[in-house]
Amino acid sequence: MSMRKTNPIARALRALALLLVGLFFLFPIFWVLLMSFQTNQDILRIPPSLFFSPTLENFYAIISGKLVTSAGTLEVPFMGNLLNSVILSTASVAVSLLFGVPAAYAFARFRFRLGEDIAFTLLSFRFAPPLLVVLPLALYFQDLGLNNSYLGLVWVYQLISLPLILWIVRGYFEDMSPDIEHAFRIDGHSWFATFMKVSIPLARPGIAAAALLAFIFCWNNFIFALILASADKQPVTVGALAFVTASGIQYGQIAASIVLSIIPTLALALYAQRYLVEGLSLGAVKG
Amino acid sequence: MSDLILDRISKSYGKTQVLSEASIEVKAGETVVVCGPSGAGKTVLLRLVAGVVEPDTGDIRIAGRSVLNVGPERRDVGMAFQNFALYPHLTAFENIASPLRARGLEAGEIKKRVDEISKLLRIEHVLGHTPRELSNGQKQRTSLARSLVRGPGVLLLDDPLRNVDAKLRYEMRLELPRLLRNFGSAVLYVTQDYKEAMALADRIAVLRAGRIEQLAPASAIYDAPESIEVARLFGDPTINLYPIRPEAEGGAAVVRLFGQTWRLPRGREAAIDRDCMLGLRPEDVRIGGDGHPGGVAFELEAVTPLNVRGVLYLRGPAGEELLATVPERDIGQFGRGHRRIWIDLPAEKLHLFDRQSGARIAPAAA
Repeated sequence: MSMRKTNPIARALRALALLLVGLFFLFPIFWVLLMSFQTNQDILRIPPSLFFSPTLENFYAIISGKLVTSAGTLEVPFMGNLLNSVILSTASVAVSLLFGVPAAYAFARFRFRLGEDIAFTLLSFRFAPPLLVVLPLALYFQDLGLNNSYLGLVWVYQLISLPLILWIVRGYFEDMSPDIEHAFRIDGHSWFATFMKVSIPLARPGIAAAALLAFIFCWNNFIFALILASADKQPVTVGALAFVTASGIQYGQIAASIVLSIIPTLALALYAQRYLVEGLSLGAVKG
Repeated sequence: MSDLILDRISKSYGKTQVLSEASIEVKAGETVVVCGPSGAGKTVLLRLVAGVVEPDTGDIRIAGRSVLNVGPERRDVGMAFQNFALYPHLTAFENIASPLRARGLEAGEIKKRVDEISKLLRIEHVLGHTPRELSNGQKQRTSLARSLVRGPGVLLLDDPLRNVDAKLRYEMRLELPRLLRNFGSAVLYVTQDYKEAMALADRIAVLRAGRIEQLAPASAIYDAPESIEVARLFGDPTINLYPIRPEAEGGAAVVRLFGQTWRLPRGREAAIDRDCMLGLRPEDVRIGGDGHPGGVAFELEAVTPLNVRGVLYLRGPAGEELLATVPERDIGQFGRGHRRIWIDLPAEKLHLFDRQSGARIAPAAA
């Protein structure tokens, strides 16, 4: 790659434009990060200021689970919420991968009766507003005893993650030349070995992308857990509500909890990145 | 080693009949080239034998055993694909080793066999590379090595030279027949290129619109085509064709063409009073030059030099390679190769170049 000779003014303008776009999108996160190191007084000061004496009080309160307010000390199980988020999102994505990847393969490779209808029905789960289904679901869950259980939540989270994984991974399988699989069969491998050793490795970038997206969607879900789970099974999205207390909204702690809850998804995204890029450069079949 | 028999195979997709009643028999060690225009059903034919697709009716037998509903992995076939179909996540070595791994050979044996075949195909230096690091020629050889490494009873080659450059295609046309002879497999080779078919085939099966129009040795296909289409497919430039209607004259058949009456050889009386096509290969036209009494006068509109010749691949006393060409017509006397011939170098035709500068050393003026 060579340095292109461009007008220095054009270059400066481009850098400025990038900076503005970057600021625009990252500013809320930057502001939240600043807030997490401020006391409620600093945050609510008018006019707001970039200069303050940073404090770890917010993080301390969250990690220790003790929220000191003017009305007394509150127990806040935020770290438990964080653990719940990890458990729920991971388990949901794992279950979706287990069922979604083979299903995606079937939809991509085989024509069968009602195949398209089934695939579309699964996608249509994403159309329906969750509020529409969550109340009847709550009643059913009551009867089934699935209320406030990981199993029940993971099951409902399939509405979020399964269609996503199914449709993204299906596209990857469809883009793959079936000749590669045929070649492996002809070499003498069973269809199952072919699926495991050729189809899945080649779709890995797609599977990684889909799993990552599904994980983030599950992580960010609010309404299902709000209605279907009580405190000990709730994820961070619902847990953050605890900072709206009788003695006021604890902005500092909310900011700190946001910072803490972004970290796992951010780490996962950075880790999965290399798999996302890897697939784009596999020159499998000459076009 | 095993024979391959396709017995009245039919296959259709929806309403489209891709193959109808196609029968081909390939003996062990024989190469049958399936040649035909695109969409004739050539690739489907190979896929049927490979077991990737099942026929609607008919039978496929390998080594005397019907392989219908037998999975591709248990058919004892090797296949090289037109698009190579290499495994992009594996090295060339692992690509070639795949058929051996499937049979659970031990590592030492696998290494030995992969090394052997890659030496034969001259890709031993790229075994550690992944397919995307290979040139098209190397990909093609890797895919060929993978299909050959196990010495399968039936070898299926789906237009393996389609996606490689002209020079390599040319070299491989010379190399492949020698290579295939080493393995003794029954080879079914698919191509659209009639020259490739002529170069490689023991016999050619001409496939058109799902039917085998002719199955015969290359020379028979060229000299005695069974149909207008076969005549048209083989030969470049294509055969001249004229609509005629033979008439009886003095007990023999005659045709009127170019304003003259031409007497047909004996045995063509059956054509009398039927609408026919007369075919004449361009190289069979006898040209009489500027003055030729008795002939027909034509205006010469254009001349295109093509220099088409038959190619001989020769090996000298110390293993030196030599390419020689002879007029296409004379090539029949050499059979399929593997015999001794004598050559002579015409001194006045030799070119001399300086090895350092590469410049031509012109003969000094007398």
